[in-house]
Amino acid sequence: MARQLLKGNIAFAEAAVRNGLVAYFGYPITPQSEALEHLSGRMVEEGRTFLQAESEVAAINMVYGAASSGVRVMTSTSGPGLALMAEGLSYIAGSEVPVVVVNMMRGGPGLGNIQPSQADYLFMTKTAGHGDFHPIVLAPSSVQEIVDMVGLAFKLAEKYRTLVIVAGDGAIGQMMESAELPSMQQVRRTRPDWAVTGARDREPNVITSLYLGAEKLEQANLRLQKKLTEIKANEVRYQLYQTEDADLLLVAYGTAGRICTSVVREARRAGLKVGLLRPQTLWPFPEARLAELAGQVSGILVVEMSAGQMLEDVQRAAQSHAPIRFYGRMGGVIPMVGEILEHLQALADAVIQ
Amino acid sequence: MTEDVHIEASEIPEAMERVYGYPESLTRVATHYCPGCVHGIIHRLVAEVLDELDIREETIGVAPVGCAVLAYNYLNADFVEAAHGRAPAMATGIKRVNPDKVVFTYQGDGDLAAIGTAEILHAANRGELITTVFVNNAIYGMTGGQMAPTTLPGMVTTSTPTGRDCTLAGYPIKMSEILAQTAGAAYITREHATDVSGIHRTKKAIKRAFLAQIHQLGFACVEVLSTCPTNWNQDPWEAMQWAKEQMGAYYPVETFKITDAVKTLKV
Repeated sequence: MARQLLKGNIAFAEAAVRNGLVAYFGYPITPQSEALEHLSGRMVEEGRTFLQAESEVAAINMVYGAASSGVRVMTSTSGPGLALMAEGLSYIAGSEVPVVVVNMMRGGPGLGNIQPSQADYLFMTKTAGHGDFHPIVLAPSSVQEIVDMVGLAFKLAEKYRTLVIVAGDGAIGQMMESAELPSMQQVRRTRPDWAVTGARDREPNVITSLYLGAEKLEQANLRLQKKLTEIKANEVRYQLYQTEDADLLLVAYGTAGRICTSVVREARRAGLKVGLLRPQTLWPFPEARLAELAGQVSGILVVEMSAGQMLEDVQRAAQSHAPIRFYGRMGGVIPMVGEILEHLQALADAVIQ
Repeated sequence: MTEDVHIEASEIPEAMERVYGYPESLTRVATHYCPGCVHGIIHRLVAEVLDELDIREETIGVAPVGCAVLAYNYLNADFVEAAHGRAPAMATGIKRVNPDKVVFTYQGDGDLAAIGTAEILHAANRGELITTVFVNNAIYGMTGGQMAPTTLPGMVTTSTPTGRDCTLAGYPIKMSEILAQTAGAAYITREHATDVSGIHRTKKAIKRAFLAQIHQLGFACVEVLSTCPTNWNQDPWEAMQWAKEQMGAYYPVETFKITDAVKTLKV
């Protein structure tokens, strides 16, 4: 496939179609409504299912139903919509059906605004619903990466029968850049043996998150935790940029991570040996690699478009190996290279002789 | 545990014709329902309909949150367990990707008439090709007898200890009358399961509602006036009469919408 100029929201939606998406259920919310609009045409063209639901609550439960039936299904939304979906996310996790949700983060709390933000980090990685579970959370930093991550998200969701959230932000959704879409993949016709498809020539299948009896529910939770442990061991993804000889480490993801690659280049020009760790999975978090790097560098600067949410994971992973500072912008403000450089310089002045 | 109580099939001499038996679509376990509760009867009616239409192996049921949360233990078909009130949304998701299957929801009055009003109304309005069995007993059974949206005026519940004061707690909601207003609904009816003729009528209505789906005629819902002797503090007989007379007076047993196409279905 040739590279083409694509808007992030349309790119990820089209990538889903080409990855054999069978059904999409969604509710319009800025800054990702173009995805729903794109799918309203494309899914029907391909003879697949598209439905604009009456709310995000309904949308996620439609997704839950279709996923229970063993087909490739997704929805997309932004923070306020994800909050409404939290009920369904927990049921999906509890009943272990594969689902992909794209969350294009916007400014909050409340109605906030429609500018890009990274303030849903803790919500997505730690508290996406009631009960003990974590979704896999993928964090793209470009249009190409969100295209690739949609494909990866379906594979992971189905491999582990789990919920995967692709965590973009308004900037990635709205920006246009050159990217290559995957080739058209056939829709999978077979259904997994656990799915509800009508109990023909077999015992009935039941998809439920209900386990009456404390011991039964504890067993279900232990099974879920075992799976999460396996995901933690196998699915950590991150990108390193100029960390080999780094004295200082930037940790940032998504749009902030992308800006920080420019910061690294600028800082190196100014004589600072800086590297970047850009987590591509927010859960599981690349804690082992971060711990190693914390032992190597003299200081760490965490940059986020939030009040400092990933910061907690960085602190936990780095422990006391290196001093950690934070720079963040909120409310939809994107941190600029110059601002980050100033904070990096201040860190350098404090920790490097 | 009730799940462990198995009921054996009765042996019939070969020369005799079986005129009545245990439906294949009903599992052979004792239910957890209270004496005098009609959930068991309505489960059986659904099972008989699945058998008669020979659709058990093509059917996916959606269980609610409420007393019927374990419906999948009693109905011998594929099932999913929905979040409270979301059964019509989940059924929509299932039906849209399995248009050749039969999908139904089984919901109580808290589930359908309170927390799930948006989902049921929009599923009906879209003309979603699903069937809903709506069991209305005017109370929250599972959580211990609190006021339901369908609780009658003046009725004492654990959250209306001096009786439902409609000026404070709102008025009993008539869901079938509301659902009948939607363009997508093909068949909306209210029945009762408190005496033999009511049970027969309810079965016919459920069968018609499944046939409406099979013939792709639109959304269909059968509301069934039901009992909750435990939380009404009545004995089973008293509860049957109360449902028929008191609930029947507020919630008329009537067909609120039936399209011409549904009328022509042979039940």
